[in-house]
Amino acid sequence: MDDSLDQIFVTLKHTVVGLCPECIQPLVSILLSIVPLVAVFPLIFALTTVVERKGLGRIQNRLGPNRVGPFGFLQFAADGIKSLIKEDIVPRAADKLVHFLAPISLVVPVLLLYSVLPYGRNMVPIDLDAGVLFFFALGASTELSLFMAGWSSRNKYSLLGAMRSIAQMVSYEMPLVLSSLSVVMIVGSLSLPKIVEAQMGHTAGITHWFVFTPWGLAGFLLFLVASLAEANRSPFDLPEAESEIIAGYFVEYSGFKFALFFLGEYLGLFAMAGLGITLFLGGWTAPLACLDFVPSWAWFFLKLFAMIALFIWIRGTVPRLRADQLMGLAWKFMLPMALINLLVAGLWHFMRVAEWPFGVRWVVCGFILIVPYAVFSWVFAAKVGKRTYRYAN
Amino acid sequence: MTPSFTILAFLILASALAAMSLRNLVHCALCLVVTFAGIAGLFLQLNAEFVGFAQILVYVGAVMILIVFAILLTRGAEPAAPAAFTHSTWIGVALAVVAFLTIAGAVVTSVGPTPLAAAAPDVSVRAIGVKLMHDHVLPLEAIGLLLTAAMIGAVIVAMEEKRK
Repeated sequence: MDDSLDQIFVTLKHTVVGLCPECIQPLVSILLSIVPLVAVFPLIFALTTVVERKGLGRIQNRLGPNRVGPFGFLQFAADGIKSLIKEDIVPRAADKLVHFLAPISLVVPVLLLYSVLPYGRNMVPIDLDAGVLFFFALGASTELSLFMAGWSSRNKYSLLGAMRSIAQMVSYEMPLVLSSLSVVMIVGSLSLPKIVEAQMGHTAGITHWFVFTPWGLAGFLLFLVASLAEANRSPFDLPEAESEIIAGYFVEYSGFKFALFFLGEYLGLFAMAGLGITLFLGGWTAPLACLDFVPSWAWFFLKLFAMIALFIWIRGTVPRLRADQLMGLAWKFMLPMALINLLVAGLWHFMRVAEWPFGVRWVVCGFILIVPYAVFSWVFAAKVGKRTYRYAN
Repeated sequence: MTPSFTILAFLILASALAAMSLRNLVHCALCLVVTFAGIAGLFLQLNAEFVGFAQILVYVGAVMILIVFAILLTRGAEPAAPAAFTHSTWIGVALAVVAFLTIAGAVVTSVGPTPLAAAAPDVSVRAIGVKLMHDHVLPLEAIGLLLTAAMIGAVIVAMEEKRK
């Protein structure tokens, strides 16, 4: 393994910090941890907006943005400048202070989420003992800023969007936390670097990623769906459903405040994807032993880009849920499945202690998960019945 | 008193006062968020990571949402009319004074001549978990039972309303 390339950012930081006089070294060290995060992830956000529009265009059989720069890839710069020079309109009836604070109180916690993710070997800004808890605590506090935005606008559509988003985020927080809890149970730690370390190593060239265990696979799928809902992302974008309530909680925002909401939403999504990667997809570890020569940070970002591509794909292909379907999915399907998954994770742990072979464990645990899944889908199918179309047939 | 403690204490007291005295209920709720966040900051300042984050998760993430929902679903978000001055206010003040004196008396009498132990114990999440599952397993189970009963009760209340 090429250590110099793997640790290039760490050595770079140490060199720069070493060059500074001793009294400002802690400050420089902190700044060098923060600045890359604040620079890199908004840039990824900017590029994602273009890639997303291109990708959606491809799925919908059109071109997408193609005027600014090569193949339209500089569209994000044009959009950014446009939102900066637009007039910032605040409705006369709005609660001015809360209206102003809402986008800020969304972006700040979302940026803080990045401080606990391990981006590579020795590349974690803060190694918190309760990292997972920190992540969920901050993630939960963003709900309030959406409410602030929707309420302070004094607009019926905004308030509807805010109510929808709060109801949705509260409901999906349960399966989100419970699905990640299975990993915490197995690892026995809330620290994200420790969770990655537990997934290091290979057996017969295959990794120990948690997604390759039955509870890990079920947990990952639950986490993926719940994180889409937490980020108000299609197919769970009811809070901003354009066709029903215009744009939901940020109808009354314009200019850069609107861009901040956009930024906060996408950064939240990326952070959630980063957590999913860390919990289930092995963080910065390589999938195969023979691929260990690729630097660890490259693996993290490769996985992140793969997740983003998956999110774009889902947005382009899955229709939006109805409000009752949304709640039904969270409380009647995902919550029981997440609880069963916790039981299975415990069972897996005890079977590992009793040294059952891997295949037997897989079959037993997988069976315990498949049966309730089949029962739930059978009940749902029996309740809903076959879908009939009035016009499409 | 460290500077960070002073700032946090001021923040908590100011936002708590605002939460009590502002006319608009939603503003009160938002000020209460600042209070809760400040208390979480106090916990973090005492190196109690778990309690601090749990404070944010539970109070800012869940309790506040509940309060906000209650405000929006009951009386609307409009500023309420000023409350009539009644005798119960003075009873409330008297009760508050008595409660404060009781707690203050307990605090004053409990501080012994020996200062607090200098070495801060290493309170990791694991230690808290071990404590909860070994030494305090009965209270934990009791709370679990209570919460389950409350949840079942809530579901039953919701079902009754649906049937009517």
